[in-house]
Amino acid sequence: MVRFSGVFKTYDNGVKAIKGIDMRIEDGEFVFLVGPSGSGKSTIVKLITSEERPTDGKIVVNGFNIGKLRSRTIPRLRRTLGVIFQDFRLIENKTVYENVAFAMRVIGAHPRQIADRVPKVLMLVGLSDKAHALPQELSGGEQQRVAIARALINNPRTIIADEPTGNLDPARSQEIMKLLERINSLGTTVIAVTHERGIVDSFEKRVIAIDDGKIVSDKTGGYIQ
Amino acid sequence: MRGHNLAYFLREGIKSIFLHGFMSFAAICIIVACLLIIGSFSLISYNVSLAIDNAEQQNEIVAFVDDTLSDEEAKDIENSIRAVPNVQDVIFVSRDQAFEEYSTELGEDSFLLDGLEDESVLRHRYRIFLNDIELMQETADNIENVPGIDKVNASLEISEGIISVRNVVRIVSYILAVILFCISVFIISNTVKLATFNRREEIAIMKMVGATNAFIRWPFIIEGFLLGVVGGAIAFFCQWGIYDYAAVKVHEYMQILNPVEFTDVYIPVLAIFLGAGFLVGVFGSVVTIRKFLKV
Ligand SMILES: Nc1ncnc2c1ncn2[C@@H]1O[C@H](COP(=O)(O)OP(=O)(O)OP(=O)(O)O)[C@@H](O)[C@H]1O
Ligand SMILES: [Mg+2]
Repeated sequence: MVRFSGVFKTYDNGVKAIKGIDMRIEDGEFVFLVGPSGSGKSTIVKLITSEERPTDGKIVVNGFNIGKLRSRTIPRLRRTLGVIFQDFRLIENKTVYENVAFAMRVIGAHPRQIADRVPKVLMLVGLSDKAHALPQELSGGEQQRVAIARALINNPRTIIADEPTGNLDPARSQEIMKLLERINSLGTTVIAVTHERGIVDSFEKRVIAIDDGKIVSDKTGGYIQ
Repeated sequence: MRGHNLAYFLREGIKSIFLHGFMSFAAICIIVACLLIIGSFSLISYNVSLAIDNAEQQNEIVAFVDDTLSDEEAKDIENSIRAVPNVQDVIFVSRDQAFEEYSTELGEDSFLLDGLEDESVLRHRYRIFLNDIELMQETADNIENVPGIDKVNASLEISEGIISVRNVVRIVSYILAVILFCISVFIISNTVKLATFNRREEIAIMKMVGATNAFIRWPFIIEGFLLGVVGGAIAFFCQWGIYDYAAVKVHEYMQILNPVEFTDVYIPVLAIFLGAGFLVGVFGSVVTIRKFLKV
């Protein structure tokens, strides 16, 4: 569950990115976060992952109170989240398998658990046959599916995707969103940032529209501006 | 720490060393060089100290007893001299003994003493050894004030010379050790900084998926540790070779100098080199990645 109450965020350089946001996303929901460039979407993502702290207001994510989080507790919050970015952020010299396994390894998982789980998740995202390819040998859509597998590997409660289809053509984008929808149907909350109208329109989901740091609309179905 | 994690840290640390092999090689060379300089100076300093101890033992004060005292009275002063601070040992030398000593010392030239059959021209005397020759002047003055002592001979120039040699060697060793320690830490810290820079994307991903700072830190600490300890070990064997070679040469040129065998000091040398390598390595990496993980 993600809850924002009266949240403001002003960056150190004085930019007011978030100007009073209240919202509540329940476990199991699929939510699109839409809005023009610079409206504050990525800032919301960073507030959820505790990469940035709110200047004012209260944020609770999967039971963690972000404003009061001690830096030692941040890893525990992050293990409940799976984050996906527009630019994939894969490690270039590691294979698909190693990229996914890496995320498990660095939170201290046992090699046996890793060997057991990675192939299953690669199967889920449809990359079993590419397990030993390097990222540069993959298409953009495939790379993003590796990133999704990595986000899923530690069994998070919430997936947050910041413009996951920003670098992909419409057909690939549709595939990625379908995959996220499928993951959502298996019980994971999905928050997807996008500004592609076509995508939003083709899914009957809750859409939260942001403009200039505030929520301008929050309803199910269609891209509203 | 669980075994599979330790294996992971070791593997990553070692991988990182080879990933930027030139920088690692340079770091090890610098550490070896710094340790060799520190080590050589310490060994020189140690040998000088031994030589000084030796000289100190031979550096004595001679106090002459007032002629008007009887033999008994002359012997009784010994306790008063012993009571003077800084006096380590006192040996009474009677006229007869002094005469004999001179004779044997002069050897074939002992005919010079021929006119002096009567050893009464010599005086009873005390040979006095000190704890600390730095206080020789003061102690000599105090002994001169002991009733019954007429005159004191103290070779102040020698003691002053010995002291200044010792102090110079000591100070130079300390200063060098501090400077070279800082240089080594700086080099290791730069190597680790490069390693963290090369891996900044990996580190960002680690943080994103919820790795703890401790987990992220370990491979870098192990990298620094390995560089430091490998440097320490290499330096040890180089030091051994250099020392043995130098000791032979020194003895060849100056027979009176007799450097200690390396095998007499190799345990402390090894301990210090490995310890210094360990400290430099771990310190250098911890300092660097503390800054890096702040975000
Ligand atoms: N680290 C930062 N420091 C200062 N200002 C920032 C920082 N990150 C974002 N901003 C500013 O905050 C505002 C909101 O940025 P944000 O990245 O949240 O927008 P966005 O909705 O994600 O835009 P886009 O669709 O282009 O990704 C912008 O004016 C941006 O310049
Ligand atoms: Mg953005």
